[in-house]
Order: sequence, then C-alpha cells, then structure tokens
Amino acid sequence: MKFAVVVFPGSNCDHDAYYAVDQVLREGAGFVWHKETSLGDADAVILPGGFAHGDYLRTGAIARFSPIMADVRRFADAGGPVLGICNGFQVLLEAGLLPGAMLRNDSLHFRCEHVHVRVEHTDTPFTEACRQGQVLRMPIAHGEGNYYAEPDVVAHLERNRQVLFRYVDAAGRETADGNPNGSVANIAGLCNEARNVVGLMPHPERACELALGSADGLVMLQSAVRWFARRAPAGVAVRGASSLSA
Amino acid sequence: MRVRVFVTLKPSVFDPQGTTVAEALHTLGFASVDGVRQGKYFELDIAASSPDEARQVATDAADKLLANPVIESYRVEVEAAGGSR
Repeated sequence: MKFAVVVFPGSNCDHDAYYAVDQVLREGAGFVWHKETSLGDADAVILPGGFAHGDYLRTGAIARFSPIMADVRRFADAGGPVLGICNGFQVLLEAGLLPGAMLRNDSLHFRCEHVHVRVEHTDTPFTEACRQGQVLRMPIAHGEGNYYAEPDVVAHLERNRQVLFRYVDAAGRETADGNPNGSVANIAGLCNEARNVVGLMPHPERACELALGSADGLVMLQSAVRWFARRAPAGVAVRGASSLSA
Repeated sequence: MRVRVFVTLKPSVFDPQGTTVAEALHTLGFASVDGVRQGKYFELDIAASSPDEARQVATDAADKLLANPVIESYRVEVEAAGGSR
C-alpha cells in the first residue's frame, strides 16, 4: 500500500507522517509537493500538520488553492481514503471536503499536550481497526482547533454518524475539562458523508511508538492498511497486512 | 479603485479574542464598553471602470477567499473619488 504525504510550504509534520508509514507501519510512503498536479499511484493520501502558507488569512485558506488540491478532490470523490491531520484537517474544512470551520481555541492559548479522544464509529478507512468507544491518547499542537458548525449542521453530522472522534477524559467521559479548545460537542474529528475523507486535530502519526509517549495512533494507519487489503486485487503487495492479524 | 472589505465573525459565533479585548478594556477603566467583536479589514485596489464593477469583483473575492461563510460575514465599501460611498 502506498501513502502520499502532501507537502505544503509550512507543513512541519510531513516527515512525521512519512516516518510513521515507512518505519513503523512498514508501508510505502512518498512526498508530493503542493505544486504538483497528480498524486500518482497513491492508495491513500495524508494531508499533514503544520502551518501551510503560514496560516495566513485563515488556517488552510490558501493551501486549499494549491495545485495538488484538485487531484486530492478527484481522489476523494473517487472514494480514495484521505486523512487530514491538524493543519491537514483545517485544509479539508476550507476546501469544503469536510463541513464546518475552525475558530481560535476558546482559551486563546496554543495547546500542546496529550489528550484523550474516543472513537465513535469504526466504519471508515481510518478507524476500522479500532474498537467503538476505544479511548486513544494522542498529542495535539494547535491554536485554532475550536471546531465550529451551525447547530443544524452538527445535528446532521450526529445523525449521519460522521463525528468519529470526541475529546474525553482518560476514562472516556465527555467532559468540559477533556475538551482542550472549546470544540462544539467535543468534536475532535469527523468524516464526510461517503466516510472516506477523515480529519482530526490530534496527531496519530506522532503517537505510533511507545518511545514517543503513546502508540495509540498506529491503529488509525493500520485501519487504512486493513481497509486497502480487503479491496486490493489478489497479488497486490500489502506489506503490513500479515502483522495486523497478530 | 479602492475597495474596503470588512470581515467579521457571524453574530452566532463566539469570539474569544473580542471577549478578551473587552476584558482588557474593562481593566483599563473603559467601563462603558459593553462588547468587542474582532474582525479583519482588507483594502483592495481594483482596476475597474465603475464602482459597481469594483464592488462585484470585491464581493467575488470575499465569497471565494477573504471570508469563510461558515463562520464569517462581510461588508464591502467602494471608495469614491471624494470619499467612500
């Protein structure tokens, strides 16, 4: 399986994502510069964290016009799995590939710490190896992660089971203290209606090895491998597939 | 032609920056300031043959880029030769 990691000017988690795929997951990884117009033969796309285009105007507002985004949209429309992490999530929101928008954290502080999120639904390419209700401990690092959508949009997301991750405390309870940025309904991540485009503020790629404080994020990448293995025609190499059954 | 675009958070959207500025003003003794909403201001120099054309270009720009309709609204002012209109 091959993951394309899109690199915008100002991306700073692109190498973390590449490393997690290449060295921990042991799958194929390649960088795609934002000026390029094709994702090539990628099976999945990661929009990494960082500060694309300096976060000028609004987070993700300029990045959505990068040439590569036309192919990301084509890939997403064709059902390809797309994962937006932190700034990548913000880009997906600005691009309209996911609903809603980001506001400044309610504390106005840049929050850089480990948080807990609860997996709400497992029927997506990036959560299918999770257990429903599983609590993942992953780091956040953002100043604008205060997810906002109008109440009717949030109600629609809930009805459609598109809220994939919610900020919770260590015991998995949805509390105000567990919400690091004021996001409506404690929303930490969501998917589109087709369920193949996923965005979240926490960083699974930075939580793939115990040496980094948590390996809870790896299950999200393993999900993509499992999802792909089920769809891949016989004979297509999926390097990590056998280790997943362990 | 100079066009001004004012982008503000929708009334329904909480503005933590504006709230913090209001609190600071209260600390400074501006007791009469009931509320603050923070926004963005753009000046666009547009080559247009009429104010209406310039307004249309600025409105397009605001719709497509300057404002995010999920959280923000905007107002456009075209500056006439002798002032704004």
